[in-house]
Amino acid sequence: MRAFWSNVSFYLTEFKEGLQISFQAIRANKMRSVLTTLGIVIGIVSVTLMGTAIEGLNRAFNESVGKLGADVLFIQKFPWQSDEDWAVLRNRPDIRFEHAKAVERNVTLASNVTTVAGALQPVKYANKIIENVVVVGTDDEFDDTQNLSLTLGRFMSPAEANGGRPVVVLGADVAENLFPAENPLGKTIKVGNYSYRVLGVLEKQGKFLGMQSLDNRVYVPINRFFREFKSFRGGLEIWVKAKDRAILDDAKEEVRGIMRKARRLPPKAKDNFAINQQEIIVQTFNTIGGVIAGVGLFITGLALFVGGIGIMNIMFVSVTERTKEIGIRKAIGAPRRTILVQFLVEAAALCLIGGIIGIAIAFPLSLIIDTVLPTAMPVSIVVIALLISIFVGVISGFLPAYRASRLDPVDALRYE
Amino acid sequence: MTPVIHLKNITKVYTMGDTDVHALAGVSLDIHKNEYVAIMGPSGSGKSTLMNIIGCLDTPTSGLYEFNGVNVSDMNDNELAKIRNKEIGFVFQTFNLLARSDALHNVELPLIYGGVASAERKERAREALRRVGLEDRMHHKPNELSGGQRQRVAIARALITRPSIILADEPTGNLDTKTGDEIMQLFEELHEEGNTIILVTHEEYIAEHADRIIRIRDGKVERDERVRNRKRLKANAGVLV
Repeated sequence: MRAFWSNVSFYLTEFKEGLQISFQAIRANKMRSVLTTLGIVIGIVSVTLMGTAIEGLNRAFNESVGKLGADVLFIQKFPWQSDEDWAVLRNRPDIRFEHAKAVERNVTLASNVTTVAGALQPVKYANKIIENVVVVGTDDEFDDTQNLSLTLGRFMSPAEANGGRPVVVLGADVAENLFPAENPLGKTIKVGNYSYRVLGVLEKQGKFLGMQSLDNRVYVPINRFFREFKSFRGGLEIWVKAKDRAILDDAKEEVRGIMRKARRLPPKAKDNFAINQQEIIVQTFNTIGGVIAGVGLFITGLALFVGGIGIMNIMFVSVTERTKEIGIRKAIGAPRRTILVQFLVEAAALCLIGGIIGIAIAFPLSLIIDTVLPTAMPVSIVVIALLISIFVGVISGFLPAYRASRLDPVDALRYE
Repeated sequence: MTPVIHLKNITKVYTMGDTDVHALAGVSLDIHKNEYVAIMGPSGSGKSTLMNIIGCLDTPTSGLYEFNGVNVSDMNDNELAKIRNKEIGFVFQTFNLLARSDALHNVELPLIYGGVASAERKERAREALRRVGLEDRMHHKPNELSGGQRQRVAIARALITRPSIILADEPTGNLDTKTGDEIMQLFEELHEEGNTIILVTHEEYIAEHADRIIRIRDGKVERDERVRNRKRLKANAGVLV
C-alpha cells in the first residue's frame, strides 16, 4: 500500500515536472506556440460550432414535430415511410367521409376525431392577393386535435362545419397580409372564386422544419371544401387524437379495427390504409440527421486533424532542438517513460490551450447561430471538445515523444 | 573489499560502414572506494568511450563490468538510468545545466527522477549548493552565472544523490586557469570527505591532482600508476615551511 502511494506521488511529481517544462518551453517559443495552437483553435471552433448547429437542428425539429401532436394518429392513404411496392400502394382506395364517420362513432380511446383535406388556392381581399395559400378543409374538432389557440374570434362551430357554411379561419400570416390595418373579423374574403366570412385568426405557429409555414393557411368547413376546391369526395385524412399519449398504441389498434371493419377486410388481408404517427418522422429525421451530423463532424474534424499534424510537426522540431536537454536528463537518470511523459504533456498542454481558446471564440459565435436557429452550446460539447483536444495532443505528440525517449544519451549529450 | 568499479576485458566495437573500429580492445581495471583516479589519453585513444561505459551511458560490446559487485554489462536502458541516477554524479566540460531552470532546480533534478519528496529535495539541494559555496545564487539561471559558478552548480548536482562515484569529464576544459584551480581544489576537498572521484582529462597538470593515473592508448591501458600526490605534497610542504 505504501509502495502504491509512493508510486502515485512519483507519477504526480513526474507530471508536475512535465507541466512545468511544457510551460517554460511554450513561453520560450511564444510565436511558434501561438501559430501551432491556431490550428487546434480553428479545429475546435469548427467542431463545436458544427455540434451546436446540429443541436439547433434537432431542437427545431423536435419543436416542429411537437406541433403535429405527439398523441395524434393520422389515418391516410399512404404510409409516411414504407418498403412496400408503390404499384400496390397506388391502388389503395381513398379515405372517405364514411370512414371518418365510422371512426367517430366507434372510437372509445380518442378525445377528438377530425377530417382534413388540403388544396392550394389564391386568397383575395379588396385589392390584395396572396397566391398559393394552403386551404385546409376540416371540421370543428380540428383546433382541439392540434392544440391551436386563436388571437381573434373563434374556430368554426359544429353547426357551421356540418352545414358547410362559407366561413373561414385565417392563419396568422394570411391575416397579417390581408388585413395589415383592419380588424378581419366579419369581413368577407375570396378563397379561389368563392366568398367566405372570417370567423377568427389563429395564433402564430412558425414553420415546420423551418420550411413550410404553418401560418400561410386558411381553414374552411370540409363539406364545403369538397364542393368548391376538389371535385371528388375522396383523398381526405382522418386525424385522431388519443385521450392520453400512454394509450396511443391501444388507440391505434382500436382505430385499425374500426377501419378494417368499415372496409370489410377479411381477417388475413393486409391493411389497405395507413395509420401514421409522428414517431415515423422522428425516426426518419434521426436517420437523416445522423448522416448530416456524421458528415458535418467529419468535415470539421478534418480541420482538427490538420491542427494535430501541426502539433506533431512542431513537437518533432522541439525534440530535435532539445536533444541536448534530453541527453542531460537521461544522463542524470531520467527513465524513458519520464521523457515520454514530458513531451506528451507538452503536446497535450498546447492542444488544451488551443481547445480552451477555441471554445472561448466559438461561444459568442454560437450566440449568432442562435439568432437564426435557436440553440445553445451544450455543456457536453464543451467537455467533449476539451477531451478531444487533449486526445489530439497525446496522439500527435506520441511519435515525437517516443523518438525523444529512445534517444541514446551519449549521442544526445554530444549534440550541439 | 569489493571494488566500486570492476572492469574485465572490456571491448567496444563501432561499425562504421564496413569497417569495425575497436574503440576499446580489452580493458581491465579496478577502482576502489575513495580513490582519486585520473584517466588520461590523447584524443582517439578511447578514453571517452571508457568514460561512457564507466558512467553507464553506454554498454560494452564484450567483457564484464561490475558496479559495486552488480553486473551492469547487460542492463537495459531503464536499469542503467537508475544506476546513473543513484550511483554516479556527472560533471561535464560544458556544464550541461538546463538553461531555463534556476540553480536550485538544476541541482534538485536527480532527486526528482529518484522519486524523493519535494520538501526533502529542496532541503538537500540547498545543502549541496551551500557545500559548493553558491547559497546566494540559488535562484539564478545558468546564463546569470559565471563559468566557475556554473561548474559549481553542476558539482552540487553531482553530489546531491550521494553517489558512489563522481565522474568528471574535463571539468576545467572551459574555464580559465584560476577558476580551474578553484574547481580542482573543490574536487580535492570532496575526495578528502570520502568521495570516489574519476577524472577524465588530457592535461598533465590536471591529472597530477589525482592519486592514480591510468593512461589509455589505442583502446588499451598503457600504464596504470599510483603517484605520490605531488601537488598536495607541495601544498603541505608549503604549510610546513
